[in-house]
Amino acid sequence: MSNISVQQIDDVVIKFAGDSGDGMQLTGTQFSNNTALVGNDLSTFPDFPAEIRAPQGTLPGVSGFQLHFSSNRIFTPGDACDVLVAMNAAALKANLKSLKKGGIIIANTDGFDAKNLRLANYPDGVNPLEDGSLQPYQLHTMDVTKMTREALKDVNLGMKEKDRAKNMFVLGFLYWLYDRNLESTENFLNEKFGKKQDILDSNLKALHAGYNFADTVEAFSTRFHVEKARMEPGTYRSITGNTALAYGLIAASQKANLPIFLGTYPITPASDILHELSRYKNFGIRTFQAEDEIAGITSAIGASYGGHMGVTTTSGPGMALKGEAMGLAVMLEIPLLIINIQRGGPSTGLPTKTEQSDLLQAYYGRNGECPMPIVSASTPSDCFNAVFEAFRISVAHMTPVIFLSDGYIANGAEPWRFPQSKDLPAIPVKFKKGLEEGEEQFLPYHRDENLVRPWAVPGTPGLEHRIGGLEKQNITGNVSYDPENHQLMVRIRQEKVDKIADHIPPQQIELGPEKGKVLVLGWGSTYGAIKSAVLELLAEGHAVAHAHIRYLRPFPKNLAEILHSYDKVLIPEINNGQLIKIIREQFLIDAVGYNKIMGVPITKGELVTKIREML
Amino acid sequence: MSTATIAPQALTAKDFATDQEVRWCPGCGDYSILKQVQTIMPGLGIPKENIVIVSGIGCSSRFPYYMNTYGMHSIHGRATAIASGLKAVRPELSVWVVTGDGDGLSIGGNHTIHLLRRNFDINVMLFNNQIYGLTKGQYSPTSEENKVTKSTPFGSIDHPFNPLALALGADATFIARSMDRDPKHLQELLKRSHAHKGASFLEIYQNCNIFNDGAFEIFTEKGSKMEETLFLEQGQPLIFGAQKNKGIRLDGLKPVVVELGGEYSASDLWIHDEKDFYKAQILTRMFDDPRIEGHLPRPFGVFYQAFRPTYEEQLNFQVESAISQKGPGDLDKLLAGRETWTIK
Repeated sequence: MSNISVQQIDDVVIKFAGDSGDGMQLTGTQFSNNTALVGNDLSTFPDFPAEIRAPQGTLPGVSGFQLHFSSNRIFTPGDACDVLVAMNAAALKANLKSLKKGGIIIANTDGFDAKNLRLANYPDGVNPLEDGSLQPYQLHTMDVTKMTREALKDVNLGMKEKDRAKNMFVLGFLYWLYDRNLESTENFLNEKFGKKQDILDSNLKALHAGYNFADTVEAFSTRFHVEKARMEPGTYRSITGNTALAYGLIAASQKANLPIFLGTYPITPASDILHELSRYKNFGIRTFQAEDEIAGITSAIGASYGGHMGVTTTSGPGMALKGEAMGLAVMLEIPLLIINIQRGGPSTGLPTKTEQSDLLQAYYGRNGECPMPIVSASTPSDCFNAVFEAFRISVAHMTPVIFLSDGYIANGAEPWRFPQSKDLPAIPVKFKKGLEEGEEQFLPYHRDENLVRPWAVPGTPGLEHRIGGLEKQNITGNVSYDPENHQLMVRIRQEKVDKIADHIPPQQIELGPEKGKVLVLGWGSTYGAIKSAVLELLAEGHAVAHAHIRYLRPFPKNLAEILHSYDKVLIPEINNGQLIKIIREQFLIDAVGYNKIMGVPITKGELVTKIREML
Repeated sequence: MSTATIAPQALTAKDFATDQEVRWCPGCGDYSILKQVQTIMPGLGIPKENIVIVSGIGCSSRFPYYMNTYGMHSIHGRATAIASGLKAVRPELSVWVVTGDGDGLSIGGNHTIHLLRRNFDINVMLFNNQIYGLTKGQYSPTSEENKVTKSTPFGSIDHPFNPLALALGADATFIARSMDRDPKHLQELLKRSHAHKGASFLEIYQNCNIFNDGAFEIFTEKGSKMEETLFLEQGQPLIFGAQKNKGIRLDGLKPVVVELGGEYSASDLWIHDEKDFYKAQILTRMFDDPRIEGHLPRPFGVFYQAFRPTYEEQLNFQVESAISQKGPGDLDKLLAGRETWTIK
């Protein structure tokens, strides 16, 4: 029996970092799921290179997974780490700056041999594990490779395959350190490798070896335990943004009784939505991997025209390619969802890094006067509700809707108190069934009080009609080049989108007083950082508030009033200032921006500093 | 299973015309094609609400406005992709795509080949006039080399596409060629396109009398037609010529013109077989520039027909079998996933 004590702590940030072939994303995901199951609140931030396998051992090849877990409510993956797991020299070098002073380093010595040190650009003869430079930290070294091989000496696999289980050794080690049991990962491995007995054995053995090693060597004098978080009662699961988004689409489809057709082209970081949806054919989901981004959206338009819910998913560059077809959907006035998981741009930009830089593209990036509603999500689990709303608006108002998420929330995970199907609202869908009494001919652009035209799908007798991208005569939908008619139609299409403001909830103040000194106004993935920063300043007694916009077009009707209730408005964005342009233009207020364009999220700390400057 | 159906009222060509004034240039070949389509539609036995015509952009793409069916005049090059999405979710509809040489082979070339390889049961009618008409006279991807147009004052240096070879290269399951000036032939091939289960690609030579008048004159006009064209008929030898005195014989893999009556008789000739993929490749390559001495005649008719499952059948089969194996999706189960925890 060891004499190691278990210490209660509230809050931990761990970063797993290694070569992109080291399995750090899997390790991080497994630790996150395990963390969720013990009832901690958590938030994750996977950060990986665009290359599938960048040159091994180099700085560009480092893949990281940051995980924040706590017995309190948390809203971000954490500004700085308490623990850094470094599988090689490059991983240490790339991530040391994000480790708190006094933090724990767990280093795999095998990744610090002469070759790895050279690849990580350490000067000749310098090994950070040995030169005392890591003195401000608690350094724990172990030869993971050697011990994994040793643990697997009876397994009938080649050395390369055995080395692949290194990450499980590390995971086992950390499970010991944080007082966890191995069951959830054992189940996962059984399911994943059940049919490949040798690989299953090697992973299980490495996992146990890591755990037992930690227990035996007493490298740490204490183990840490993080109590269950004090969260709202209910049943939770862990969820990433892209999965929540896929589920939100399925839920909306079920509640609308309207099958989904996803026309899409693979692109990072949106592809996981295709992967996820393609598994659920028994929900009536049809997925179509098109030949390009344009065929992705246009096939979806074809499906919507046929009476299904057309959806297309993409990221910035693909969004640019879809612009013309979005214009067609605006002219056709049919339901359609265009989902953009934003990433760093312009051009190919930073494919695996996050950015909120397509808001102006969503607003203005099309030819002609081409208004489209825009809905955004603020956290991984929020993708569910937000996309459900986008679906509802699209069907109710016969309009294409743009949905904005980004790489940060798409890949990040958090606990989710998932809803019950019965608690989700039904989404009414109205197809025109034929000519009504007294109706002599079908008028495809005859509108209701919300300026919404009827959805008449092929196969309906008596409603044969032609639509297209040419300007339409009001009401009849016939082609018209009449000047007055064009102006009228442009205004009607704008008014139709504006009227959606009557059918969305008013803007809420997330935190803080209804009037005060500084309003921090955000949208999308900055939610967690803003909320954490504002919470800290509120605790200090400052009159600071947080409002987060979900409905970006049209804005909620009370937004003007809210904006004018504070002395100053701060708009933090992971871009060069996009929402701020729209807010300044529409509301004529002198909002201040806080802009970070580094491909990484804004941290709580930097926001606190910025807000303080404004107080 | 038998269900009582109400016999649709007998339709006529007129029922397929709309109240919109047809706005092609007087003398345009599109008028004939529209007329042939309207003529054959009643005979297909499909209620007109189940017919959808999707087009892109260009002169030919105005077509849907003149057909009293469902129709979409979409954006440049994308009709094939839009039609694919529609057919994927509504397999019971009869979907027709009207496109041109610019729309379907240039800006929309990518979608055309992918529709064909996927084998959606869609009828693609490609109106080929070898010119850009709607933008007023630039060369197209099917224009002949050295063509002088507004955008090629020194002659075009582009090598033209061979549309049927391209379609066959994309593994289309029905490939055919017809012309605006032969109404009977065109009607016949429209019916064959419709009858084919799978993607049909029908190239229609269409005269643009404003910007490229006479492009196909050699194939369509009385004086030269019989000598310059070769009408394919299943099981029949490849015979052509005003006197029916010439034929095509295969010398190894090379088609050669032979005179009949002397050394060769009809039994020496190539017998057309629409199912023969290898011969179809040679047929599509009978694409000589008619300005060159000793050129081969241009084939018209059905070059090739094959059968493989359609995309929409397989897609919907996957959906149905997923439902029958797993049962209809249970949303609550999906949302809960495998691992949950409860906070009290």
